[in-house]
Amino acid sequence: MNNKPQLHVPHPPARPGEKPDFSYVALSPAGAVPRPSPGANARDIESLAVELVRVLDDGHRALGEWNPALAPDTLREGLRIMVLTRVYDERMLKAQRQGRISFYMKSTGEEAVAVAAGMALDPKDMLFPSYRVQGLYLLRGVGMVDLMCQLLSNTRDMCKGRQLPVMYHSAAKRLFSISGNLATQVPQAVGWAMGSSIKGETSLAATWTGEGSSAEADVHYAMVFASSYRAPAIINIVNNQWAISTFQGMAGGQGPSFAARALGFGLPGIRVDGNDFPAVYAVTRWAAERARQGLGATVIELVTYRAAAHSTSDDPSRYRPKDEEASWPLGDPIDRLKKHLVALGEWSDEKHQALVTECEEHVTRSWEEACSYGTLNEGPRLDPLTMFDDVYHDMPEHLRRQREQLAKEKA
Amino acid sequence: MARMNMIQAINSAMHTLMDRDPSVVVMGEDVGYFGGVFRCTEGLQKRFGESRVFDTPIAEGGIVAAAIGMAVNGLRPIAEIQFADYVYPAYDQIVSELARIRYRSGGEFTAPVVVRMPCGGGIRGGQTHSQSPEALFAHVCGVKVVMPSNPYDAKGLLISSVEEGDPVIFLEPKRLYNGPFDGDPHKPAVTWNTHPQGEVPDGDYRVPLGKAQIVREGSAVTVVAYGTLVHVALAAVAQMGIDAEVIDLRSIMPLDTETIVRSVKKTGRCVVAHEATRFAGLGAELSATIQEECFWSLEAPIQRVTGWDTPYPLAFEWEYFPGQKRLITALNKVLDPDPEVNS
Repeated sequence: MNNKPQLHVPHPPARPGEKPDFSYVALSPAGAVPRPSPGANARDIESLAVELVRVLDDGHRALGEWNPALAPDTLREGLRIMVLTRVYDERMLKAQRQGRISFYMKSTGEEAVAVAAGMALDPKDMLFPSYRVQGLYLLRGVGMVDLMCQLLSNTRDMCKGRQLPVMYHSAAKRLFSISGNLATQVPQAVGWAMGSSIKGETSLAATWTGEGSSAEADVHYAMVFASSYRAPAIINIVNNQWAISTFQGMAGGQGPSFAARALGFGLPGIRVDGNDFPAVYAVTRWAAERARQGLGATVIELVTYRAAAHSTSDDPSRYRPKDEEASWPLGDPIDRLKKHLVALGEWSDEKHQALVTECEEHVTRSWEEACSYGTLNEGPRLDPLTMFDDVYHDMPEHLRRQREQLAKEKA
Repeated sequence: MARMNMIQAINSAMHTLMDRDPSVVVMGEDVGYFGGVFRCTEGLQKRFGESRVFDTPIAEGGIVAAAIGMAVNGLRPIAEIQFADYVYPAYDQIVSELARIRYRSGGEFTAPVVVRMPCGGGIRGGQTHSQSPEALFAHVCGVKVVMPSNPYDAKGLLISSVEEGDPVIFLEPKRLYNGPFDGDPHKPAVTWNTHPQGEVPDGDYRVPLGKAQIVREGSAVTVVAYGTLVHVALAAVAQMGIDAEVIDLRSIMPLDTETIVRSVKKTGRCVVAHEATRFAGLGAELSATIQEECFWSLEAPIQRVTGWDTPYPLAFEWEYFPGQKRLITALNKVLDPDPEVNS
């Protein structure tokens, strides 16, 4: 018996060579969790932070009070964007392996946390994404060629060659610029939402961050400000189980869930099956309604699994079992929505295959076009002298001199 | 002696320190089981256990703050920040806390924390994986700032830093991890295998803080550099075939003014080179010091060779990076300061 305190370091249930074990993921049956009114008092609905809102059951039916009863067209559109996202990710990974782009980050297995949540919001709502929610851009109609040009840092790169691949933005589609530094966008989203209140508008801000990044103080700032000012914001914590090599318990500690962090701030926290398209849609819609009624922010924990590597610089076989994904209890978001649509009699394997082919063709065509605007190594190239633009509104004298100096170096 | 790259040398330093001193602990994002994203902490957790080598949540402010607490409690923490670009959430803990604990407590409390972080560009890191923030720390009174340029110095300086008693910001130019890099990205990569300073003792030794190294003796001009720019300077000087003296600072704070001043008084000409941005950068401090101490020996205005005053742009990494060409232009200016020729 050791009575002395010892440093406790959280351990994942399984490392390479060990049997995957997701018994720590608390599940609720589909349809079991009641849906309160969006106007409910946060204190009366605290159980939502530890239960798991699920709509789709194992028989692919949509059940319970959270079932948003979406029209088949809406479900098919969600499926299309998720498939497009996955095909895009696969092709861009290949492009990185071929040396055409320098870096990439896939969202495989967690497409619904972007697509279902994004679809439940209004196009006027402002989104503050992390680097793994690319479905949002496709959903909002940012051109695939534009996304690819960013990856290529070419002459049509929205970031003008200044940012790592995947750090997209779109002011026109209300998608904020991705930082590369973690969780900084979360309190910024709350600030945007406060601005919406100040201006008397109904647009809200939604933001995404990982469960690992939620350890950053920025997330604490976000919840304090969101609570104090009742900011119309949705704070999505995407719990995909892994932050590079550290598992979710490293940031989660002894807390019952990430959603439960909200409770201490007096905010509602909802834990939802992040691979269940209708459930994510419904929970987001609930939070949006609450925000638009002036009742403030909601923290949503989306429980999913990072099926891909952290990035193309990462090798997950070094820190987690290779076959872990196969044991993930919440399945795959595309597969589940597809089967749901089939069960409704609104979809078929043939149609699905046709959709995949159509998406592949779209991605291939887009890639060819994007490459025609230049790649990192070939074709037209951005003018390096543009690197001095946009540091300030008007270029100060010392930067003018440095630009001249570079022009001489290049001559 | 063994052949080591800079990663292995840093790893070896931590093995040496932890073997000898049970108060040394290593912490940071992915440093435990995984061994660090650059593998600097590989094998440490297995050897020393997870009470001494452990992963942290992604919270740089928390990492430095917790390291301060541990140090106040008698430990010698080595905290890793995954990229120097991620250190800013910890900046308040470093500037307002770590740097001043000894001062504000009248010497009753100290926090001898070493904060390690990879810095610098040249690895297609873009604006958030390429920065060289040494000047931001050198400006803070109470922390020391170190940047090695080779495996031998990296190990010896890290051991000295942990023993220092003062907090140390230990910056590791990541482009040098696997080999000396002379600024030319088109040449095949060189490893530390044949470099004299890739020869590293397995055991314990120190490279003292505050002592610069003259890496090339000469009499025509002095180049003051540190980190990656040491290798760029050597290559530029070799290309020009000039009799230049090249100084590797190794420590940025404390600064070895004596070695610099002696050299510039001898050569009468000086170029200061760093990868970080120019405005209010370390080059300004160096130029001012040299001007104060060597004014009557100077034959030409001191030149600064630096990164531009812009964020580090992904696609224009090599236009941004102060390579041999920029150095040669500056060297020509100080060697022949005729404004007609070098306007």
